[in-house]
Amino acid sequence: MFESLSDRLESVFKKFREKGKLDSDDIKKGLREVRLALLEADVNYKVVKDFISRVENRALSSEVIESLTPFQQIIKIVYEELVKTLGGEAKGLDLGGAKPAKILLAGLQGSGKTTTAAKLAKFLKKKGHHPLLVSADIYRPAAIEQLKILAQKVEVPFYEPKSNEKPLEIVKNAIEMAKENGRDIVIIDTAGRLHIDEDLMQELIELKKTFNPSEVLLVADAMMGQDSVNVAKIFNERVGLTGIILTKIEGDARGGAALSIKEVTGCPIKFLGTGEKLDAFEVFYPERLAGRILGM
Amino acid sequence: EIDKIVDLKTIEELEETLILADVGVETTLALLDPIKTKILQGETLTVKELKSFLKEQLISFLKDTNKPFPPPGNPSVLFFLGVNGVGKTTTIAKLGKILKNNGYSVLLVAADTFRAAAIDQLKTWGERIEAPVCALQEGADPGAVIYQGISYAQKNKIDVVLIDTAGRLHTKYNLIEELKKMVKVINKLVPQESQENILVLDATTGQNALSQAQHFSSAIPIHSVIITKMDGTAKGGIAIAVSHKYNLPIRFIGLGEKPEDLIPFDKNSFVSAILPD
Ligand SMILES: Nc1nc2c(ncn2[C@@H]2O[C@H](COP(=O)(O)OP(=O)(O)OP(=O)(O)O)[C@@H](O)[C@H]2O)c(=O)[nH]1
Ligand SMILES: Nc1nc2c(ncn2[C@@H]2O[C@H](COP(=O)(O)OP(=O)(O)OP(=O)(O)O)[C@@H](O)[C@H]2O)c(=O)[nH]1
Ligand SMILES: [K+]
Ligand SMILES: [Mg+2]
Ligand SMILES: [Mg+2]
Repeated sequence: MFESLSDRLESVFKKFREKGKLDSDDIKKGLREVRLALLEADVNYKVVKDFISRVENRALSSEVIESLTPFQQIIKIVYEELVKTLGGEAKGLDLGGAKPAKILLAGLQGSGKTTTAAKLAKFLKKKGHHPLLVSADIYRPAAIEQLKILAQKVEVPFYEPKSNEKPLEIVKNAIEMAKENGRDIVIIDTAGRLHIDEDLMQELIELKKTFNPSEVLLVADAMMGQDSVNVAKIFNERVGLTGIILTKIEGDARGGAALSIKEVTGCPIKFLGTGEKLDAFEVFYPERLAGRILGM
Repeated sequence: EIDKIVDLKTIEELEETLILADVGVETTLALLDPIKTKILQGETLTVKELKSFLKEQLISFLKDTNKPFPPPGNPSVLFFLGVNGVGKTTTIAKLGKILKNNGYSVLLVAADTFRAAAIDQLKTWGERIEAPVCALQEGADPGAVIYQGISYAQKNKIDVVLIDTAGRLHTKYNLIEELKKMVKVINKLVPQESQENILVLDATTGQNALSQAQHFSSAIPIHSVIITKMDGTAKGGIAIAVSHKYNLPIRFIGLGEKPEDLIPFDKNSFVSAILPD
């Protein structure tokens, strides 16, 4: 991910570099190309607009134009604004509050929640935690079976719902089971849902209200286009998110969804899903990523 | 409002509308830049005229097909592919139901032997739409399942075989090779005219859908597209460029998670949703 965005930006910057001294027209022209590169990478239209205007305001200052190395200054500005957009420093998980800590995963259909639940369990286990997995997805055919199999693969206990149990009961019983078995974290997988599905959003709000999870993470597909901001914004406004997990990033998507979601929700991106295997999972470092995008 | 004369601000608004619908920078600028030039040269046109011009253009990008669906065959084989989580398995169930309602007998083939519970998922769908499912165990060779499925359909005079495959990123070399192998197995059993390879695209996908179409179609022939998750707020605009560039007709759109949530693709309403009056 991001390689092709960095290639695109690199070619814009190359033109800048070749020019040496820059006037405000050069800068505007260059930033127009930065804008196109970002749009091609699926950064949301409005996010791009704000981003470019922030960069332009700073780049058109006399300080930059009159400096001996205007090009370096502009890259620096773009870099700083990108890091700002992507969210400062890496943020770990908050596992505070009542024991066991609860992590609630939510998102659109097919974004990767169930797989990510198992990956997260594996990750936390390695860190010395004792997670338990539970699926509140009573809708998708074989969703519970799917997590059960994955739980076995990562060797983490799984709460097996009884038939007819509703999501709230399932989670309640899973938390009981965790307490009885000395598990310190309950990872809750939920059914995929549209942000505009009133009933299912209400269900998520109920789950959050009842169990007060220390993390509510939106699992989002890195290949998402312009709609990523609507989705993330509404999930955040209705349910309240504490972070984002971006999946399927190992493809060639340019990852504009990452920038966009971060910008509109203000929530940190905490992890990346980098494959279908259960260890294809990484902590997200905003600065490293901004550096990679700009080829630095 | 609609009889307003187009100015640069209108163009910018239309640019925003098209890009926000995932139509893509390239297509959007190709449509709007010539208009912009004309406006700057002093030509006048109304917003209504411009919008209907743009709609016509967008519609013209969407490829037609007069190939029958399902393709004629004994059986005809529908082979589904796409990246992870787009909705292949669910779409197969929905389409199986439509075909059954139209009097075809169908067989679902569980050639996703990789993802956890993928086989169970398809089996559950088979029960729901009352269609037989051909499956082997998890981890089995997908080609073997396909061979068994098609052979069974031939023996039992089943009209249409719908093959579910594992989600795979288009950039994964070995997974693409595996796709080729599966298509070879199909080719051994049924003639080309009886096959349709269907690329499933998720409407929320952005510009990456172009790369998906490109990579998949350079590995195996792709004949058509189904766009899922059109019930959300995404407009699926990238399908226009995909259809145009790779000469791919769009057969159906998915509108939800229930078996009846699949409808034939209609260019006019698709484009009208992207560019509302
Ligand atoms: N390539 C790749 N595939 C992934 C990744 N994460 C998940 N997947 C795949 O994406 C598909 C969907 O994953 P699931 O975990 O079932 O998604 P979900 O969000 O639980 O889906 P629903 O419950 O139906 O909403 C599966 O094929 C997974 O193997 C990733 O990081 N990379
Ligand atoms: N809202 C909505 N959800 C859909 C639609 N089609 C499929 N889904 C959901 O999307 C999720 C993924 O669907 P699947 O059919 O499992 O997707 P897949 O492509 O087979 O996934 P993998 O086999 O893991 O690659 C499920 O939760 C489906 O219910 C649709 O048209 N609209
Ligand atoms: K829609
Ligand atoms: Mg799931
Ligand atoms: Mg599937």
